[in-house]
Formats: sequence, structure tokens, C-alpha cells
Amino acid sequence: MNDENAVMSTADRLIYMANQIARNVAVMGQDEAAAMVEDHIRSFWDPMMRRQIVALAAERPDALSPIAAAAVGRIAVHCR
Amino acid sequence: MTFTRETDHGTPPAIATGKSVTLTIDGAQVTMPEGTSIMRAASLTGCSIPKLCATDNVESFGSCRLCLVEVEGRAGYPASCTTPVADGMIVRTQTERLKQLRRGVMELYISDHPLDCLTCPANGDCELQEQAGAVGLREVRYGYDGATNMGQAKDQSNPYFDFDPSKCIVCSRCVRACDEVQGTFALTIEGRGFDSKVSPSQGQDFLSSECVSCGACVQACPTATLTEKKVVEIGTPDRAVVTTCAYCGVGCTFRAEMRGEELVRMVPWKEGKANRGHSCVKGRFAWGYAQHQDRILKPMIRSSVTEPWREVSWDEAIAYTASEFRRIQAQYGARSVGGITSSRCTNEETFLVQKLIRQGFGNNNVDTCARVCHSPTGYGLKTTFGTSAGTQDFDSVMKSDVILVIGANPTDGHPVFGSRMKQRLRQGAKLIVIDPRRIDLVKSPHIEAAHHLPLRPGTNVAMMTALAHVIVTEKLYDEAFIRERCDWDEFEDWAAFVSQPSRSPEAVEPLTGVKAQDARAAARLYATGGNGAIYYGLGVTEHSQGSSTVMAIANLAMATGNVGREGVGVNPLRGQNNVQGSCDMGSFPHEFSGYRHVSDDAVRGLFERKWGVTLDAEPGLRIPNMLDAATEGSFKGLFIQGEDILQSDPNTHHVAAGLAAMECVVVQDLFLNETANYAHIFLPGSTFLEKDGTFTNAERRIQMVRKVMAPLNGYADWEIVQLVAQAVGLDWSYTHPSEIMDEIAELTPTFAGVHYARLEAEGSLQWPANEAAPHGTPTMHIDGFVRGKGKFVVTDYVPTDEKTGPRFPLLLTTGRILSHYNVGAQTRRTANTAWHPEDRLEIHPADAENRGIKDGDWVALRSRAGETALRALITERVAPGVVYTTFHHPDTQANVITTDYSDWATNCPEYKVTAVQVALSNGPSHWQEGYAEHSRLSRRIVPLEAAE
Ligand code: SF4
Ligand code: SF4
Ligand code: SF4
Ligand code: FES
Repeated sequence: MNDENAVMSTADRLIYMANQIARNVAVMGQDEAAAMVEDHIRSFWDPMMRRQIVALAAERPDALSPIAAAAVGRIAVHCR
Repeated sequence: MTFTRETDHGTPPAIATGKSVTLTIDGAQVTMPEGTSIMRAASLTGCSIPKLCATDNVESFGSCRLCLVEVEGRAGYPASCTTPVADGMIVRTQTERLKQLRRGVMELYISDHPLDCLTCPANGDCELQEQAGAVGLREVRYGYDGATNMGQAKDQSNPYFDFDPSKCIVCSRCVRACDEVQGTFALTIEGRGFDSKVSPSQGQDFLSSECVSCGACVQACPTATLTEKKVVEIGTPDRAVVTTCAYCGVGCTFRAEMRGEELVRMVPWKEGKANRGHSCVKGRFAWGYAQHQDRILKPMIRSSVTEPWREVSWDEAIAYTASEFRRIQAQYGARSVGGITSSRCTNEETFLVQKLIRQGFGNNNVDTCARVCHSPTGYGLKTTFGTSAGTQDFDSVMKSDVILVIGANPTDGHPVFGSRMKQRLRQGAKLIVIDPRRIDLVKSPHIEAAHHLPLRPGTNVAMMTALAHVIVTEKLYDEAFIRERCDWDEFEDWAAFVSQPSRSPEAVEPLTGVKAQDARAAARLYATGGNGAIYYGLGVTEHSQGSSTVMAIANLAMATGNVGREGVGVNPLRGQNNVQGSCDMGSFPHEFSGYRHVSDDAVRGLFERKWGVTLDAEPGLRIPNMLDAATEGSFKGLFIQGEDILQSDPNTHHVAAGLAAMECVVVQDLFLNETANYAHIFLPGSTFLEKDGTFTNAERRIQMVRKVMAPLNGYADWEIVQLVAQAVGLDWSYTHPSEIMDEIAELTPTFAGVHYARLEAEGSLQWPANEAAPHGTPTMHIDGFVRGKGKFVVTDYVPTDEKTGPRFPLLLTTGRILSHYNVGAQTRRTANTAWHPEDRLEIHPADAENRGIKDGDWVALRSRAGETALRALITERVAPGVVYTTFHHPDTQANVITTDYSDWATNCPEYKVTAVQVALSNGPSHWQEGYAEHSRLSRRIVPLEAAE
């Protein structure tokens, strides 16, 4: 993050949140961590936020860390 | 209830030894715990011995000699307050000789006491007067014209009580109360003999002394020397109602002493299990806001926030609220509205708000201000132990040997519990403080922390893991406990992780700034010093790794076997009075009451059957998500009960933008708070004095709140929510909050045994209270963790992204002080402002000097989120590189500065770490001036008559 006045856009914030969860559980190893992130997002994010992150993952493939991307990928399968 | 004073047994209960003795008092055989004083024993059996210098919340002193008794076989007349009972003892409390002696003592007291009883504020409520009657004093042989201390100047500096030395009998009850109960040591007896007198510290007046205005001395004083100003003003009370303080999570209970409809004083209730007869300045004295002229008593609406408010009838306000929410849902979808419950309101009110959202609006968009304080506690303790609550009761601290305080400042934030903790520390328990600031506990009269680890803000996880590293690598863990109570494999994974050399105190010293040898010593003390108890506060939770730190704390307690009995445990110190309760009541968007996920079909089915609707199985939006969704255009209506998110939530610009984007914001509150500047509907709320209900304190203790006067606004808050619910078509018909509690009990297994009749009978109940625990649960996880096996969670240290740099080289951390409460809406409207008229920025002398800042200068405080200005306070309490401020005053708006960073698991904002710069300035910032004008405009009111 740079030194500019910071109010993140919603899209940026959702990506930030997914990556932040992933970073905090990364120590579990890729698979377990991805499952944990997936479960976390399912339990705590409302359906619209989940749809948004799925859409963002498609639009900005590089924005998510590998763990977060894997988790969101699994959510996408179930998300209508 | 009519007015009777609480019984004073003269001396405190004996320290329990389990043994008892049998003796005879005035011919009756009695059995008492060993160590009980004769005075207390007599009082408990119904015969009261005259006394002056003894009172049962301080140790006896034996100075007045009024309480003499005869003990068969003993020479002389021992003082009953200082003589313990013994087996076979035969005591006489009423003989001719004793009467004579007592009259003699009394005569001396009275001879130099001013006899203006009829005009004295304590007339009828004075122990000297009462005891003179009790000993049958009829004449004073020495005459009344001897020297008295009359004419000495009163000290009226304290805004709540007066000190009139001419009435002092130098019994030193006040001094002992200040020392023993409060632990402040503000009073001394100066001089000797007739000239001796009570004095706050170095001959200062009360206000400028160390006195924290807790009121313990006033309560202890047997005469009118220390008297509440309200008693002087209104007169002595004629009835009393027991109720619970509405300020902080300690949950002190008080006798609200009334004269007619007027509240005269709040006197801490000795039977109260949370406070044991003690109080702090807020609950004891700062209730004047309830009658403050700023209180809004009529509902108001407006179609745009740029218009003035228009007073309307309740009918119109309620109908408008319902129609707006229905219109918005029809236009933007079912999920476009939500609500925020209040941690200041009762359990019953909170339950109703979340029910209104789930049942009436058909979604789970409900959140509570616990989001911004203890949501990580919920997540962390649920994950590790299986339930979202502290493990102990407050009494437990009296059995602790090592007390570890992290990220909490109990003497300011939870003062009555802080005083308990200090009692235990004075008895010899060891103290470890982990906090960037040198909080008062670190060194105060007769207390010194064994270790203070002044870590850099934001490094809690690294610090706790370093402690774990020492405990594991030095094999100080409790293997038997772990094998029996936890999952051994999980422990091994965790142990391997914390043992990595990179986690050692030496390796993390450059990050935390804490000397490795200090960290090692602290870890050894906690693991080996006997019963180890951890107390933590918002300095743990309000970080981007808040949940991780809570889990790291739980790991440490499990590894050392410090869970599941008295004296140990993991104890979150809750901020607001009902934070625990609001969380318990299902205020989070993913959970029903009792912490059960909305996706659980069985649980949801239970609620669906009871409420007769289909409920949403998807988690709803949390507060920051609601604000985001509002700026995106999908969230349009918000019902806010008793919260001020504009002032209390981080990044004010973000909150303001979110609120401004909504079409209907309802604020239900006592005052036009800052959030109301963006509201369209204002529903005036009631105070805790004006309603019935319950609060749940930090020890899971559910206590009664009792109505002592009629609501000035016309309705209790639960009634207002019910009116809204009825207007949106729900068939609610509660006639009393007890019926709401019955519904909570029916739907929530941990509350199954909580009913008003049970609360009345027990005084209070700590949940779980159900068939398995009919009297409640003081200590949790005794025979096993709620989740089965305790879970060790590996907590990796992930530094916050809020980093210092050349433009923002300092770290700001925020907190609160004793005399104010949260956003200050209540306390700013009381005389508590005498102690804290404005928020100040604490800055280390070195940082101040670099910037040319002198004490009291206006400084600009800038972060990546915004800028504000306030005055500087130069102090070594904060380390170099760290600055600190409180957020009690809206003109400072410290949250203009705080950023959007938040806890990874719960989005609890990172209030405790913000990179800032500080520079000299010449007054309030542009933003502050603009905001002041905006507030002025948005608070204009067109009265009902004029509008008609
Ligand atoms: S009010 Fe409390 S702190 Fe002040 S002198 Fe009395 S007991 Fe001590
Ligand atoms: S001020 Fe009251 S409590 Fe203190 S010594 Fe005087 S009479 Fe006793
Ligand atoms: S504010 Fe807290 S400590 Fe003070 S009286 Fe109220 S509940 Fe007790
Ligand atoms: S009451 Fe016992 S000596 Fe004063």
C-alpha cells in the first residue's frame, strides 16, 4: 500500500480480505489452508460478497494469492 | 421496596478455612466460620453491637472502643470488631457496665461534634446519631463548648461529593476504604490527637489529588463528613431499587436510592456478586445524563439529511419507519436493509432487534458494535475452547498466583475489577503486563509488576508465540493436562511450530522491541508460578491479528493447564455493559442466539417453528460490509439501536460515505449522536433507569435491570422495537421483558434455565444455566472443554499492512480512560468532564522535542485515512515512536485517523495500530471545522407545535 489517502474500493477490499485470510492460515499448507479459507468465506460472507469475489477472481486472476484463488475456485463451483 | 439501609455486619467475612467454632452470645449458642469477629458473629445472629470505626467492607481497626464486650474468663473489655470468635467462648454484649463504658465513649465523640443535626444533610442517615441513640446517650458531662473542629472550610472541589472536616470523627473508615477496597491510597490521617484530620494526599483538595472519585470513602463514612452533593441537594432517600450499572462490562449492581421519583444516589450493592459493594465514578455518580437537557424526547423524521428535523407523533414515526423499510425492500430486494443491535441495551432489546431483522426483514443483516471490540474473542475462544466467553467469574482472581494482563488497562477500563485485582496483587500474587504503554498497574502504591513487556503495537502474536516457545522448549508445559483435555497430535503440531528458532524471544526481539530475557522470565513465571490467569482487552482484539492473538492466549493457557478451575483461565475484559449479552443474543450476522450458525438446519428449524416464517440460511452482512454495500448501491436501509457508528467505527470518511448513500437510516438513541447527523428517522430511547431487563457482564453473569422511573420519552426501547415490528406486520405482543427472556430460554440451550423468577431468587446467574447447571456456571470447562477436546491452533505472525514509513513514522494506538465511557455520549454530559475535558495526544518527550512540541500545544495528527488536531500531552508512559489518544470527544474524532484495516477473521477494526505523523498546528483542522458546521446544521429541530 502506498502513502496516499486510503479508502479502498469494495472490490479491492474483498480481494484484500480473501488474501488476508489466506496469509493468516498459510502456515497450514496449501490444501488445508485453501479448505480453511473456503470454509471461512462460506461461513462469514454474505451471498453477494461471495458472488463478487468469484467474479473478481475471474476478472483479475492475478489479484488473489494461490491459496485464496484455490478457495474461491471451490466456492465458484457451488455459486449460482 | 421501602428504604432500609443494607445491614452492616461490622467486619468482612473471615477468609475461608473450612473450620467453624461454636460459642455463646448473650445466652444463644451459635456456630461461625473460624476467624469471624465477635462483632460479625453477633450481627449475623441478630444482635447488633454499637460501633463507629468498623464497617464490613474494610478490615477492623479497633480505634473507637464503642464495640466493647465482655468475654467470660477474660480480663477487661475486648473490642468485638478485632476479637475473633473461639470455641466455647461465652460473650455478653449488653451489660450495665458495657452500657456505661459505651456512653462514656460516645460522650467524648459528641462533645466535640457540631450538633446541627436538624440541618445536617445526613440527618436520619448518620451512624453517629444512630449510635448515640443505641447507647442511650442523654447528656454530655463535658458540655458542648469545648473545642470543636467547626468552622473548618469544606472541600467541595469534587463534583459529586463534599468533604466537611468539622464533622469528622477520625474513624479512618474512609482511609481504609480507599486503601483496601479501591487501592488508590489517596487519603491519610494527618496530625495527632484532637488535631488529627483526614486529608487527600499532600494536603491537596479532592479534585486535584490522586482520588479517582470511586465513592468508597463516601460510602464508608459514618457521618456527614463525606456526603454526596445530591443528598445535600435533594435530601435523604426514602426507597431503594436494586439495578445494574449501564456503563461497563464489570456489571456492578447498585441500590438506586430514590426520593419519590427522583434519583438521589446510586450506592453499590454489597450482595452484588460482580462488584461486592464497590463502584467506580461512572456507575456511582455519572448518571446525570439521564436527565440532561440534550436528551431527545420526541420522535423526529426528515426526508433528507440536509433538512432540519421535524418532530412528529410516535404513530407517525413508527408508520414512516415501517413504510420506508418496506419500500426499500420492494425496490432493492430483501437483503437491502439491516440493523445494528446495541451492547448498551438489554438482552431482551437486543434479542428483539435481531428478531425484527431475521423474522420481519427476512435476512441476516444484523450486527453489533461488538464487531469493533470483541468479535475476535468470539472467533478465537469458540475455535479453541468451543464457546465464546470468558472462563471465570471475577472472584476467581482472588485465587490466582500469577496474573498476566495483556492489552487491557483494568484500573481505567474495568475499574472495579481492577481494584479486585489490586487486592490480590497486594496479597502477593505476581503480575505480568504486556502492553505498549506503562499502564497504572505496572507501578502503583504497593504494587509493582514482576515484568512489563512494552511491546511494539501490532506484535502480539509474535510475543505470545515467543512465550509459548519458552514454555515448550524448556518443557514447562503440563503434559498430563494436555493429554487428558486436548488433542495430543494437535498439541505436537503446535509445539513443533512454536519451537522453531525463528519464534524464540531472541529472534523476535527486533520486531517486538521486548528484551528476550524479560520475555523468557515472564514465560517461566506464568508457566510455573502456580495458578496463572490471563486477562485481556481490546489491545488484543483490535488488531489485524486479533483472532490469532486470542487463540495464542488460549494455546498458552491450555499448554500450562491453566483452564477449568478457580484462579486460572482466559478472561476477556468486555468494554460495554452488555457486549457479552448482545453477542449471546444472536447479534452477529452468521449466528442465532447461543452462537449457532444460521446454516444449521435443525437450529433454524427451531426458530422457524417458533416465529412462523422461513428464515434465511445465508450469513448476512457485517457492519463494514453493510457500509461497502451501501456505497456500491445495494444496501439502503439501516436500523441502529443505541450505537454511534460514525464516532466509534474506524475510518470516519468510510462510515460517513456509507451512511450518506443510504435512503433510510433510523437512529434510536438518547441523544442526537454523530450518526444521527446522517439519519432520517430518530426514535428517542430510554435510559437503563427507565426500563426492566437484563444485562450480561464479562463473567457471563446475567443480572436484572430494574425500572426506577417512568421513561421520559414515553416508551422503553423494547416497546419501541415492538411497535416497529407490529407496523411491519409481525404479531408481537410482549407485555413485559420477562416474556422475551422466556422466549430466549426456550430457543437457547445455554439460557434454558434463565427466567426472571430464577434471577430474582438467585440474584444473578452465570450462563450456561440450564438443567445441567441450575445455579449457573461460575467456572467453565471444568470437566472438559465445551467443544470436547481443547484445540491448539497454530498462529502464525503476519505483520499488519499498516506500516510506518517516512511520511507516517509514528504508531498511534487508542484507548480510554476511567472517567469516560466509549464515545462519551453519556459521560460528556456529566460532571465527569472535570477529569477529562478533552482528548489529548500522549507523546514521548523525545518525539515531542524532535517536532518542537511543548505540552499543551495544538498538534495535527495525520494518517493515510485522514487528519485531525488536538492538544499534546508529553509523557513517558508511551514509548518513543508510539503516540496514544482516547476517543471520547466527537470534536477530536480520533477515528478520522484510524484505517480500514481489520482482523482477518472477523473484520474487527485495527484501532490499536495506525501509522501517523504529528506536527505542530494552530488549532482544529479544516475537517473538524467543516464537521462542526455540518453537525450544527443537521441538528436543527422544528418543534411539533411549529410543524403543525
Ligand atoms: S473517592 Fe475513592 S479514590 Fe477518592 S478518596 Fe474516596 S475512596 Fe479514595
Ligand atoms: S471522613 Fe468520615 S470516614 Fe473518614 S475519618 Fe472522618 S468520619 Fe471517619
Ligand atoms: S462503569 Fe463498570 S466498574 Fe464502574 S460502576 Fe459501572 S459497571 Fe462498575
Ligand atoms: S467499632 Fe470496634 S473499636 Fe470501633
